[in-house]
Parts: sequence; structure tokens; C-alpha cells
Amino acid sequence: MRYLPLTPSDRHAMLGIIGAKSIDDLFVDVPAQARLDGPIRGLPNHASEMAVERHFSTLARKNMTASQHPFFLGAGAYKHHVPASVDHITQRGEFLTAYTPYQPEIAQGTLQMLFEFQTQVARLFGCDVANASMYDGSTACWEAIGMAGRITKRTKAVLSSGLHPHYVSVAKTMARYTGDTLDTALPDLSAKTDSVRLLDAIDGETSCVVVQYPDILGRIEDLSAIAAKAHEHGALLIAVVTEPVALGAIKAPGDMGADIVVGEGQSLGVGLQFGGPYVGLFACKEKFVRQMPGRLCGETVDAQGKRGFVLTLSTREQHIRREKATSNICTNSGLCALAFSVHLTLLGEKGLRGLAQLNHALAVQAADRLTQIAGVELVNDSFFNEFTLKLPKEARPVVRALADHEILGGVSLGRLYPGTDALSKGLVVAVTEVVTSEDVETFAVALQEILA
Amino acid sequence: MTRFFTEDHEWIEVDGDTATVGITHYAQSQLGDIVFAEVPAAGATLKKGGDAAIVESVKAASDVYAPVSGTVIEGNDALEGDPALVNSDPEGEGWFFKLTLSDTSELDSLMNAAAYQAFVDGL
Amino acid sequence: MNAINQSGWKPEMGNAGETAPATFTGNKALMLEEALIFEIGTAATTGVDLADAPKVAARLGNLERHRDIGLPGLSEPETVRHYTRLSRQNYAIDLGFFPLGSCTMKHNPRLNEKVARMAGFADVHPLQPVETVQGALAVINELAMWLIQLTGMHGVAMTPKAGAHGELCGILCIKAALAARGDPRCVILVPESAHGTNPASAAFAGFSVENIPATSEGRVDLAALTARLGPDVAGVMITNPNTCGLFERDMKAISDAVHAAGGYVYCDGANFNAIVGRVRPGDLGIDAMHINLHKTFSTPHGGGGPGSGPVVLSEALSPYGPLPYTARNADGHYTLIEEETAQEYHPHSFGRMTAFHGQMGMFTRALSYIMSHGADGLRQVAEDAVLNANYILRSLEDVLEAPFAHSGPCMHEALFSDNGLADGFSTLDIAKGLIDEGYHPMTVYFPLVVHGAMLVEPTETESKATLDQFIGALRSVAERAKAGDPSLKSAPHHAPRRRLDETQAARKPVLVWREPEQLVAAE
Repeated sequence: MRYLPLTPSDRHAMLGIIGAKSIDDLFVDVPAQARLDGPIRGLPNHASEMAVERHFSTLARKNMTASQHPFFLGAGAYKHHVPASVDHITQRGEFLTAYTPYQPEIAQGTLQMLFEFQTQVARLFGCDVANASMYDGSTACWEAIGMAGRITKRTKAVLSSGLHPHYVSVAKTMARYTGDTLDTALPDLSAKTDSVRLLDAIDGETSCVVVQYPDILGRIEDLSAIAAKAHEHGALLIAVVTEPVALGAIKAPGDMGADIVVGEGQSLGVGLQFGGPYVGLFACKEKFVRQMPGRLCGETVDAQGKRGFVLTLSTREQHIRREKATSNICTNSGLCALAFSVHLTLLGEKGLRGLAQLNHALAVQAADRLTQIAGVELVNDSFFNEFTLKLPKEARPVVRALADHEILGGVSLGRLYPGTDALSKGLVVAVTEVVTSEDVETFAVALQEILA
Repeated sequence: MTRFFTEDHEWIEVDGDTATVGITHYAQSQLGDIVFAEVPAAGATLKKGGDAAIVESVKAASDVYAPVSGTVIEGNDALEGDPALVNSDPEGEGWFFKLTLSDTSELDSLMNAAAYQAFVDGL
Repeated sequence: MNAINQSGWKPEMGNAGETAPATFTGNKALMLEEALIFEIGTAATTGVDLADAPKVAARLGNLERHRDIGLPGLSEPETVRHYTRLSRQNYAIDLGFFPLGSCTMKHNPRLNEKVARMAGFADVHPLQPVETVQGALAVINELAMWLIQLTGMHGVAMTPKAGAHGELCGILCIKAALAARGDPRCVILVPESAHGTNPASAAFAGFSVENIPATSEGRVDLAALTARLGPDVAGVMITNPNTCGLFERDMKAISDAVHAAGGYVYCDGANFNAIVGRVRPGDLGIDAMHINLHKTFSTPHGGGGPGSGPVVLSEALSPYGPLPYTARNADGHYTLIEEETAQEYHPHSFGRMTAFHGQMGMFTRALSYIMSHGADGLRQVAEDAVLNANYILRSLEDVLEAPFAHSGPCMHEALFSDNGLADGFSTLDIAKGLIDEGYHPMTVYFPLVVHGAMLVEPTETESKATLDQFIGALRSVAERAKAGDPSLKSAPHHAPRRRLDETQAARKPVLVWREPEQLVAAE
């Protein structure tokens, strides 16, 4: 067994030093009725590297991959080109096989990277500070709602209808146990968001308003009025960004008054990975830092005065604070944060802005081409790299039919909002730099044929 | 003025029906470097034994309990900018809050300085 | 004689006695200092080449971002060098022995990395039509079946993103099961030696947490536990093997008592590595247990995540598990049970814990590891992990106090305390001394029930030679701490940094980099 270095003679010698006759002597505390006398029956025994690889290759071939087909899915996870050096760096054993940096003298690599990551996220979101990452966007969103409750000591959260339905579901699950009430609504298949509803709902009991930017249908709106109304009533504005590349083109939520900005960082560096692991982004105003969930890396000096970094303010966390911890999160998503940070370092200001422009321009062109098809309407007035089409018939079977044409043609609102007839004709289409004009043409031709 | 102590290492100095509360020298020495303190706001109502303030060191966050019931008159805002006061002068400048006592008879169950010293020596 | 080489080259050994002068750069040969990207990058530099964007009229709702973002860029060679230099300031399993108790820092096989990167898994979107992701769903389902078989349980929730998230999942299942029968039980019992995440998870779900005392042997006090059971107790959360490194002998009796009193048994599976293939938690009456794939099943820790924490569930709790999950139809086709079909197939679910389907990239790695070992290999994993830990315990108990050494063999980790060190010396000094010896320290000051705890978990992927050298090194450091060697108080001496000032970091937190002029302006 290739991962086990002990030899039979090692084991024999070690048992002798311990004073045990056999390995079974070391398991005497296991009650007799629970001891297994041999390998669990019905399961295969060990396998060679080649055999395991072959098994996975077989399964991998059964999936339709984003790179090999015209690909238009988004709705919270985006396909971007990840430079080769990102994966090279995340595969370095010193990053890959390190633990949480609890011994800072021998973990400055991870710590400095996290400090850089926190600064990048804070700047991208237009906030003062950011943490060292969360599990993913959906859990970061819930944690932000919980944090707003701690700060305002109120329990009513108003959620925009443009918030990703999975994020809403996660918040609903958690709110059942914390006693928070969530004011939610389903989106309309129209260019207008529900900001009027949000403004009306904000009152002296509101802890926070949660708005996705761009939203689940790809719409973009100015958050300033919502921020102003929230602040007037002592509530916080939480902005949720599921596509951080957008912030290379559009204003940062923090610059429009958002108090907490959270997001999904998958689109930089991490890749699609069928939904995980991803990386939750979490930033806020400096005055709220002690209410922030998750790990934080801070700058300090060592005993000789050299700059160094440590995990700090950890007494908020559950491994120390136990039942009085600020949140349920214990780990972060370190390696994904590294991938995000490396990708953003490679891009830099210039690259991120160029990438964002390219995404937007290609999306505009694709929207123009697809709406040339009879009966296909563009729902959005504004969008970044993702927009919603209203088809002349239910979108979900259309997506399946497109897959039969070897085209991964977007996310139907029927998948996201099952059973909601008013949304069933909606198709959310994402267009990033990986989409070619030939891909758009192939998609358009097939869509026209399927709709005919 | 009389000073009393609790088994949870708070001190309380009583002057008529008002009092000042902090944590003891022993408590700060066990906690190590204090990095943050959160004190109650004026007007807060405290119940004897209930959570009143939070004190954080590098290694732990601890609750400070109200030694007696009462209404907070003032929290020590100086601790926000300089939490190290709790280390350097825990039983003076590093006080946490002042309150009006609602039931002076609650003081009867607390220790005097000698009894507290004996209690600490026994730990 | 041929012409003599006149270049001046002559080998010489120099003067080995000289002390090293400070260098101009601050570097020490292979130990290289590295500035922050904000100090070395510029807004105009980029390490990617992009096509020019076609000219279109923008439809950004007049929300163009004009203000500078403040993101420095580096060229590709500078980027690779920056992160390579940073990486060399990290300790890692690939580099050496990492006996961090309760964390199971075992070797991370590279086959796992290879299969996780296959395009069929790494390059598929979570919302693709299920017909286009049958292979990905098969991986989730196969791993689920292995986890169920290895634990002897009824079902498994695959979506939790980490251990603590898994604990929360299990607790929410208990909460939902109680709600389903209209039972208002509100207390969860947790031993003092538990991971801090246990009480945190229970408290989040609205339970009040009470401590269960331990016996002098370091195990749960069965009599005290049984006495506390009653109509208000929703359940217990027990770590087994426990955080003192001991198997809870009375586990089955505990489960039976809790069940008889109407409660549920949650087991923290952080230490499953000690018993995998030798004991099935289902045979001990467990109702829910999370499995840290990044511990027992070798997915990389990544410098702090991502983790993955599937939760195996008993028949009693399975109906309440979260959405979504994968199911295999009779025809071999895989489906996803999401909100849409939940009413039909999984009506009692407590809901969704996260977007999408869980940590797919960790599922591929864990399944690759499990298949590589198989049923026989996994059993050997537990045996070697326990053998290595006992070898360390018995080799060092004469020099370091081992508070529970009398309680019988340990499982996969050996617990020591700082009793008996010289005045003013503590566990921290031993940990920092080990850094100079080239090791990552053990877990320190946990579990809380032991003063100055040192928890050593060697795992099964270490050779006897590695253990022997570590035993020698720890013995040497412990003897220095007992003798009061002052140089130990200033350790580490040879790491990239000396001890760091955590007090300053926490009193005045600096969490982001600011331009030096911004700092001046702020003051």
C-alpha cells in the first residue's frame, strides 16, 4: 500500500517497545461487539494508481465540459480563463499541504498571501477591511445577515427579489433557528428591480437590506438610494456580488454606501468544479470589524522588529469562544483564496478592467444576436456579462434540447424557481471572454431551430 | 467607601447606592495582555450574575458578570482606545462601569479583600 | 608542464569561524524576504494578454467605475516568483513531520490532485442539465456509498462545506426530528474536552449547552451523564475517539441511555482516522457524525481550507437531511433531488445549507484516496495511525508528563502536559523549540481539560525513522525546558520570523495594506 511507509518488521519492533503483543491490544477499549474482525465485507480492496485513474477517466468522460462546448451558464458560477500559473502556484506543496497558520513564524507565506487577499477584496468591493474568506457566497451572505443583526440588535432582514434563490434558501434555513424574519419576494421577468418594494419595507425594525449586484437576472442598479434609506432608519445595506469581474467595469458597492459587501470569488482563479469548493468574500466598514465572522490576518512585528503577519481577533471564533462565537464558520477557503489572489495579481488594475470590458462587449453582442430570433426578447435594460432572455416558450426543455445539440445554453429560471409559471420562460445567459463569436452563432442557430 | 470581591474575579467599590466595577489584578494576570474591552452603555439594566461586559485577551474572550443588580451610570470609554489600562491598573484607571445599586443587600454575599485574597491563594 | 591557468581560481574553504554579517538585502541565501504586491506591483502592469474588446455602446446603467480600484499587477514571471518566495516561508507536510493533534496532517497523494483536475469534474457547471453531468453525480454517489458502508450508517448529507458546517448540519437534523414529533427539548450535553465548535454549533441552533464532566481517566463520566438525562435533553455531542486521544469505552452504553431518554447522539468524527475500517460508528448507536474529508480522507488542508464535512445519519435522522442530494435510479441513471422534487422524495428536509452540491473538488480527491486504499488498506491506516501514536506516547512518557498514559493505550494521538517544566517555561516554549528543530509543533493548549496540553498526532503516513528522529528532538527540547535553558524562551531562532507580537496585532488591528502617505494622512 503505497501511502503507508511502515514495514512489517517496523510494526513488530514498535509493538515490542510499546509492550503490546499485537495491534489488537491497542484497540482493547473498543467494546467487543463493535470490533470488526477483518476488512468490511462487500467493499473492494486496495487498487493501483493506474486502476483508480482509469475509473475516474471513465466517469469524467460522461460529463459535458465547459471548455469543449459553446458554454453560456452563469447564475452564481462563471467560466473564465484561468492562467496556467495560478494552478502551478496552488499546487506548490508549501501552500497545498500547509495547515491553518497558527504557528506564524513558519507560516508567513500563507499569512502574507491572506493579507494581500484581504486588501485586494476590500479595494475591489470599495470597503475598508475584508476577512480571510468564507466557505462560499451563499454562506457569506447568511453570515452578513447575522452580523447585521448583531450590530443593529434587530431581526428583520429585507431581501431583494434579485438575490440568488439558493442564497435565499440558505438564509431561510438558518433564519428558522435564529429567530430572524426575512422579507422575501420572487423576481419579475422585467427590466425593473424591486427597489421600490425594498424602500417601502425599510423601517425602524429593519436590521439590513440585502441586494445582489448585478442581480440574478443580470440587472444592475444604483444602490445609493437604498443605502440612504437604510441608514436613515439605522439599518445596514448588504450588497452581494456573485461575479466579481463585474467590479472592473461598474462602481463598487462600498462606494455607493453598502456597509457590508459579500460575494462569491469563484470566477477568479477557482474554476467551475461542479459547485465547489468556492471562496466566499466578505468585506465591511472598519467600525464593524469586531462583529465580523471568519478568520482575519493582521500585520504586526516580530521580536526583532521585522514586519510579519498573524491571525488576529481570533477570540471571536468558535474554537475559543465556544457557544458565544460570532458565527458558525470555523475554517476559511485558503487555497481558493490563494487562487483568487494570484489571478487578480496577474490581472492587476489594467487586466481586470480590460477583462471586464471584454466580457461586457461580448455580452452586448451576444444579446443583440440572440434577440434577432423571432419571439426572443431581452429582459434587461442594463447588464454586465449576463442577461435574461424571455423565450416564446418554457425555457427548461429548451436548455435540455440545446444540450442535445452539444450546447450548454444558459440557466433556465425554471431550474432556479421550479413551479413559478411567471418565470418559466426566462433564460439567464452568461457571456465571458471564453465565448467566441462562432459559439454565439452556433447557439443562435440552434435556439432558432428549437423554438421554431 | 468599601470594596468587595466576587469568586468570578470582579471587584466592586461601593459609595452609598452607587458603585464602580472592574476585574481584579489576579484576573488580568491570568488573562494576559488585554486587547479589547466592551463595556455596557449608560442606562443598561444589569442583573446580579448576568453578563455585563466583555474582556478579550489574545488567548480568550471572557464575560464580566455584574456583581450586583443595578442600572449602569457610565461605562469606561477610556478602555476602547487603551485596553492596556486593564493590565496596568486593573483596580483603578482600568475600571469597567459605574452603576446604581438596586438592592444593597446583595452585597452581603460578596467577599472582602482578605477573604478574596484567601480565595485566590487557594486556587 | 602545460600553461598554468592564470584566471586566479583556487578552491579554498574560507574562515568557518566568522559570524555572519547582516546582508544588504536582508536575505539569507535561500531564505528570501519578499515585499507585498502593493509595494512591487503597479496599476499599469498585467500578467495576462487579452483580446481588445469590440466597440459597443455600454449598457451598464450609467454605473461605470471611474475611480481607481487600487489593484497592483505583476507580470507572469514576477507573479510566479512572488508566490514561490512566499511559499518557502511556509511549513508543510510535503516538507516534514506535522504532528498537529486533532488535525490529521497526513500525506496528500498527488493522484487525488490529478483526478480532481480532470476536465470532466473541474470544468463542469453546477447548474448544467443532469443528463450532462452523470459522471460527476456518480462520483458523489460512489463516495456517499463508501461513507455509509465505512460508518455503518443509513444515509449521508454531502453538502456541508467543512467540519463545523457538518456539525451544524447534524444538529439541525436533530432539531428537525424533534420538531417533527413536537418535542421541545432544548439542552445539548457536551463534554468539557470537546472541540469549541461543538458548543458553538449547538448554541447556533438555539440549544442551551451543558457540560458533562470527565472521569480521572479522561473519559466521559457515564454515571453523571445518565443522571442528567431527562425530558429536556435533546442529545449529546461526543467526540470519539475523544480529544484526549482515548476511545470512549462506554460509547454504546451512552447511546443506549440517551436513546432510552428520548435524545439523539451526535458524534464529532474529527478523529475517525483512528478507527476507520476497524469500528463502524453505526454499531455504537450514533445518530449523526460528520467526517472531515480533509483529515481522514487526505484532501489537502490548503493553508486553511477548503474543507469538506459530509454527515452520516442514522435511519432516525436521515429523513431530515439537507437539500440537494444525489440519487441513483434503478436504471443506473443519477438524479438530483432539489427543491423541485423534494416534496415527493425528501419532504422532511430541514432545507438548504449552501448553494450547489457541496465540495465536489474534495469528493473526487477523497474517493480517489478511498479507492486507492480499499477496505483492507483503510483498516491498515487506522492500525498504523494508532501504532505510531502509542509508539510516541511510550517513548516519551518518561520525560514529559502524559496525564492519561495510565488509562490504557491511546488511539491516534498522544497527550502530554507541561507539568514538571522549569519555572517560567511552558508548552509554548516547547512548541517554538520544535520549530528550530525543523518540525511543525503539535497542537498546544488543547484540549482545555489538561494544563499546557500538547497533543501529538503522527498519522499513519510517517516512517519509523521519522518518528525516531522526532522523539529524539522532542526529548531534547523537553529536557532543555526542564533545565530552564534560557535560549528556549527566545526560540525560534532559525525560522523566517522570530515570535510575533500578537498583542499589538489585536489591539490595533491592521487588516489591509495602505499607502504610506495614506497612513500619514490618517494620523
